[in-house]
Amino acid sequence: METRAVRLRHSLVTAWTLAAIVFIYIPTICIILASLTASRYFQFPIARWGLDWWQKTLNSIEIRQLLSTSITIALCVTVIAVTLAFFGALAFARYDWKGRSLYQKIILLPIFFPQSVLGLALLLWFNTLGLPLSWKTAVFAHLVWIVPVVTLVISIQVYSFDPALEEAAFDLGASRLQVLREVTLPVLFPGLFSGSLFAFLLSWGNFPLSLYTTGADTTVPEYLYAKMVAGYTPGVPVLGTISTIGAIVLLLGGYALITALRRTRASE
Amino acid sequence: MSPGLRSALPVVLFLIAGFAAPLIAVIWFSFMPARTFSFGGTPTLENYTTIIESSNYISFLWSLGLGAVTVTLLALICYPIAYGLVRIFGKWSTLITLLFTIPLFVSENIRLYGWVLFLIKNGVLLGTIKSVFGVEPESILFTLPAIVLGMVYVYFPFMLFPMTLGISMVPQDTRDAAMDLGASRWQVFREVELPLSMPGILIGCLLTFVLAVGAIAEAKVLGGQQIIPITHDIEIAFTYAQNWPLGAALSVLLMAVVGTLVLIVLRRFNLDQLLGRR
Repeated sequence: METRAVRLRHSLVTAWTLAAIVFIYIPTICIILASLTASRYFQFPIARWGLDWWQKTLNSIEIRQLLSTSITIALCVTVIAVTLAFFGALAFARYDWKGRSLYQKIILLPIFFPQSVLGLALLLWFNTLGLPLSWKTAVFAHLVWIVPVVTLVISIQVYSFDPALEEAAFDLGASRLQVLREVTLPVLFPGLFSGSLFAFLLSWGNFPLSLYTTGADTTVPEYLYAKMVAGYTPGVPVLGTISTIGAIVLLLGGYALITALRRTRASE
Repeated sequence: MSPGLRSALPVVLFLIAGFAAPLIAVIWFSFMPARTFSFGGTPTLENYTTIIESSNYISFLWSLGLGAVTVTLLALICYPIAYGLVRIFGKWSTLITLLFTIPLFVSENIRLYGWVLFLIKNGVLLGTIKSVFGVEPESILFTLPAIVLGMVYVYFPFMLFPMTLGISMVPQDTRDAAMDLGASRWQVFREVELPLSMPGILIGCLLTFVLAVGAIAEAKVLGGQQIIPITHDIEIAFTYAQNWPLGAALSVLLMAVVGTLVLIVLRRFNLDQLLGRR
């Protein structure tokens, strides 16, 4: 009796989870379908399939400009965020020090903060400082939210880091720089790698912070939003599909790389 | 200087310049005379009196209400999935987690727009119903349920992942011991499982509530501006109305509500334990 009840419960949970996965991917599928429509307006079932809008979108100079702005911002954010967060994570998880518990909570505050309000606060702040708004101010704005997230991601790796490794290297006469380069960085590499993935993708998809801080420059999510509220534009699903597929490829590629890395390490 | 403080310094300095300073600027600005754009004015409370006399409280209530509904629905939806991820799916858990993670990295606008295409008249849902059954029901797009749907959808991972973390903190031994001592399935859940996984569940609820209260895109894209959340009021004050001090005062009130809640909940947590320090 007991096992049958358990089995029933397990299949219910499995069915519920599968339903949730379908639910999560409904919008993605709709966007892809719409991007494959040849006609000017989206209607389902689709009467005419075609890649016409893909061609038009990919040939547009405006779209290339958008993609390059978004990628530039995301790359800058990734490099700066990972550097800051690497040290931030050591303070978060590796060292025992007096202000640590307070510091851990301060790190969480920007994450637990409404992003649209943060974007406006930064707009006001840049205005006060007299900084002209451009993609550079957007990099700064993204960092305020992304540095804490990446710090947490790297911290999880740092928690499983054995400080004795560093001490052993010191005992064997390694310099501080050597220890960092030969011991700390390689051991923490998986964490740094997932941290950079997070940084890049979160910046790539961010809208509320970009909206108020990019000035005359436009990122992909901003452009999509402007077109969306203005009515149906066939370029929107195409750009949306590109953005989605880009994220999936990066994430799956990164995941595969990490898994491969773990395997080679385990076999060493 | 201790090594801990030394490595914390860059991040802390950055957050002072990029987080604390802007917030102080907003608070200061909320005391400036209405429709001014500099910090030089004589401090005044007029923006706050304007808010009290206006109908902004309706937007506040909408935001808080939508947040509460979203959190409740998500807690119910996510619990079985989080339970499955920890206890049932075994090696499939990683793949399922990955599948739930991917949408997080696609701009929320794009995904909400996907829902528009799904729900709209002649869209994927109604178009299918029409061609199969020949009937055409009303679309729920641009109504309250559509907004709730969008919010549940967007904030789903923010509830699921902390909850999974919480449930994974319940030791299997404790559950087995309770079972051996004759506890019923329901008793194990109420007396062991729920209390021990509470930190994760609470973090999930807090995170989704804060994000949902600060949400703006769902009401705009899926709600067709039928409902005006407080973030929309703030945005209008900053953009069309060109009344930055009023917008700042509204932001301060929102920050006060959210901040109080976050501080109350976070004070009780030991982050080391939650994130896995051995």
